[in-house]
Amino acid sequence: MDETSTDASIVMREVTKRHGDTVAVDRLSLTIRKGEFFAILGPSGSGKTTTLRLLAGFEQPDSGEIIIEGQPMQGVPPNRRPVNLVFQNYALFPHMTVAQNVAFGLEMKGLPTPEIGPHVAEALEMVRLAGKQDRLPSQLSGGEQQRVALARALVNRPAVLLLDEPLGALDKQLRLEMEVELKALQERVGITFVCVTHDQEEALTMSDRLAVMHHGRLLQIGTPEEIYTAPASAFVASFIGVSNSLPGRVQAIDGQRTTVAVEGIGLVHAPSCTGLRTGAPVLVTIRPERLHLSRDPATDGYQNQIAVRVAKAIYSGNEMHYLVTLPNNLTWKARVPNADGTAKRFHAGESAYLKWRTAEAVLLPE
Amino acid sequence: MKTRSWLVAASFADLLFLYLPIAILVVFSFNASKLSARWQGFSLEWYAKLFTDQALLSATVNSLIVATVSTVLAGALGVLTAVALERQPFRWQGAFEVLLLMPIVIPEIMMGVAMLLFFVMIKLPLSLLTMIIAHTIFNFPVVALIVRARLRKLDPRLEEAASDLGATPWVAFKRVTLPLLMPGIVGALLMAFTLSLDDFIISFFTAGVGSTTLPIKVYGMLKSAVTPEVNALSAILVLVSMGLVAVATWVQRK
Amino acid sequence: MSPIQLGGGRWLIVPPAATLILFFGVPLALVLAVSFATRGTYGGIEWAFTLGNYTSIADPLYLRIFWRSLWLAVLTTIICLVMGFPLAYVIARAPQRWQGILLFLVIIPFWTNFLVRTYAWMFILRSEGLLSTVLSALGLTHEPLPLLFTDTAVLIGLVYGYLPFMVLPLYAALERLDPSLIEAAWDLYARPLQVFTRVVLPLSKPGVIAGCVLVFIPSLGAYVTPDLLGGARSMMIGNLIQHQYLVVRDWPFGSALSFVLMAGVLAAVLYYLRAGGERGLL
Repeated sequence: MDETSTDASIVMREVTKRHGDTVAVDRLSLTIRKGEFFAILGPSGSGKTTTLRLLAGFEQPDSGEIIIEGQPMQGVPPNRRPVNLVFQNYALFPHMTVAQNVAFGLEMKGLPTPEIGPHVAEALEMVRLAGKQDRLPSQLSGGEQQRVALARALVNRPAVLLLDEPLGALDKQLRLEMEVELKALQERVGITFVCVTHDQEEALTMSDRLAVMHHGRLLQIGTPEEIYTAPASAFVASFIGVSNSLPGRVQAIDGQRTTVAVEGIGLVHAPSCTGLRTGAPVLVTIRPERLHLSRDPATDGYQNQIAVRVAKAIYSGNEMHYLVTLPNNLTWKARVPNADGTAKRFHAGESAYLKWRTAEAVLLPE
Repeated sequence: MKTRSWLVAASFADLLFLYLPIAILVVFSFNASKLSARWQGFSLEWYAKLFTDQALLSATVNSLIVATVSTVLAGALGVLTAVALERQPFRWQGAFEVLLLMPIVIPEIMMGVAMLLFFVMIKLPLSLLTMIIAHTIFNFPVVALIVRARLRKLDPRLEEAASDLGATPWVAFKRVTLPLLMPGIVGALLMAFTLSLDDFIISFFTAGVGSTTLPIKVYGMLKSAVTPEVNALSAILVLVSMGLVAVATWVQRK
Repeated sequence: MSPIQLGGGRWLIVPPAATLILFFGVPLALVLAVSFATRGTYGGIEWAFTLGNYTSIADPLYLRIFWRSLWLAVLTTIICLVMGFPLAYVIARAPQRWQGILLFLVIIPFWTNFLVRTYAWMFILRSEGLLSTVLSALGLTHEPLPLLFTDTAVLIGLVYGYLPFMVLPLYAALERLDPSLIEAAWDLYARPLQVFTRVVLPLSKPGVIAGCVLVFIPSLGAYVTPDLLGGARSMMIGNLIQHQYLVVRDWPFGSALSFVLMAGVLAAVLYYLRAGGERGLL
């Protein structure tokens, strides 16, 4: 990607931040484009929040460079950055009304008082809070507080809106609604959104592109589909959704197809991935919903097949969740649609054949 | 879970122990008898006497002057201290914090002695001024402690949010931190005012001729002859204290 | 996460620090210096170094006063703890609305003039006071009781004066105690006494220590209570210091006494801080 291109909103180059002995952010380089919804995904302690605080200006990098809207941010305090942050627990000023909270940033900018009112009203309208302007934050529900925090940041028309786990404090139902609403809002205002989250579903649903971080490092960056279908490492594969994996060694590479020898099982096939040589240790990974379970040993179009024993069968509404034991004693998960009625279901203790198509597997260097 | 009844009984006994003596004082302040331990009918005579006692009135005025001035000074110094300790770490901070706690922990008698010695040595005549200085010294660490505790409880993200919305550190402090600290500050000032108004020992050592305060006057009355007048005065002082606590509690709740 | 620093705020500390050092640090240093000086002929101070002020504390007369002070302070602390614990516990377990009222009731005496509160007991304990009058009216005694000006009177006064200092930190500690822990102990077959000794007491230890130190310190250095309720026969260190300063006018000896008293107090504070204190203080 071209880092100097004019459509870059944020450029981070080799940014490192230490907290005492631990490296919170380790040589992080990434470019965020103007107007995109960018998510930073990672488990707690992955450095994603520190990254956000570096962008907001609450922390200064130990080394490396941050450029926002073409301006280097070295030594620029938070109050002079073209970004606004929606805090994790919203950090609404408890002694100010909703309207006073939203007006705060405009006041600080020195906007004349008569002009502030309409802007505030418009921002509250946008987040559907018109009529609640005179409430105190403590008199609002969690979802409403969240929308005040959004309005308070967006009213300033920042070049970039930073969101720190914006939906983390909401209950599940509200979270699903807000995912859609937040995305729609971003498309409407056209501002770059950078959203930090530990929830992979949230990141996949909302973002145009996302970055996966772990231990302060950037592991992979791409569209949700790229990350989901072609994880670049075992960590990404497991963090983005439950994956089954088999450790083995490369036996042969045949153009698009690599054959892997797995101890106790035999040969399995997977699409080739670059940079692997014969004999290299690899992981063959495949998602539970891509697996097929059958009583019939015929290969019927599936290039891979393993004889397994069903360890556990769990009814889960529209799907059956199976835990199956492989010959090498690994346990895999399989998810099979329940459409065909009870006759085809498996029960614990039964033998079965686990099958999948080569193209559905992902090969990862170990 | 039900709290055991003997615990409740013991608590009730505690409260009785705390309040019965004061209640007796107040009741007997309305006693007509000069021999104050026997009830001889209701009277407001002793209250009337209080309000015509010139020495008592001037002592009250002195007390109010000392309490007001020292509270204002203690408030300013205390808030500065709290903010500096929490937001602006400096060299020797540990040593300073120990020194700051000393006026609170050392016995009042020691503080009185030290102040007396100091004022005599620098040849500053004992007066309202010396008393104000002494009261400021024992009060400002109290204010600093209370305000600092409040400051610590504030969510640091609120100041960050202000700063993110374009406020400079000072504006963020003025617009966000200070208003949120205000109940704590007012509570601390009321506390300081009360401590100053009630102080006897340190005032006793630092008061000069003609700068007698109310507690010094009360002490004199107790040391000479106990008259029902003292009961009346005590009743009024109890009422004032209750009023101050009520205000302080109400302010802190907000 | 470091809090935002105020630009130019570096000078904030200067006025309070200067005030504290000049008007508190210097006076304290003066007391220390004077405690090594000699008493002048007419009650002044002569700057001739001596340890005599400290060695003369070893006089049995003074040692007895020190011993009485220490004994009374320890006794006061223990009685306050025993009396204060049930009250603090009941407040901490009371419904929210009651907690406020009960706390208010404990705080009021805390804010009430100490002289007035001591006077209340003078009024009750005097030989022609309330208790005597009531008892003789009931025919229980025939002559005035010698209640005032005794160690018992001083003890009552000290407990009365400092009980709130015990209850407040105890309450703070007990309030933080999760009630489900007590229920868990019950569920695991503990008897009430075991619940108290194995769960409640260990978890409220910071409050116990804070309360004890907060009662012990002012009790040890008490002046008003022994002066008004104890009289000449029940002197404590505080009275001895006052006597040396204002009556005998032996300032060097008075200063030495002050420093020995302060050493006792600082030992208590140090114990408190090492036991992980300061949290329960306010």
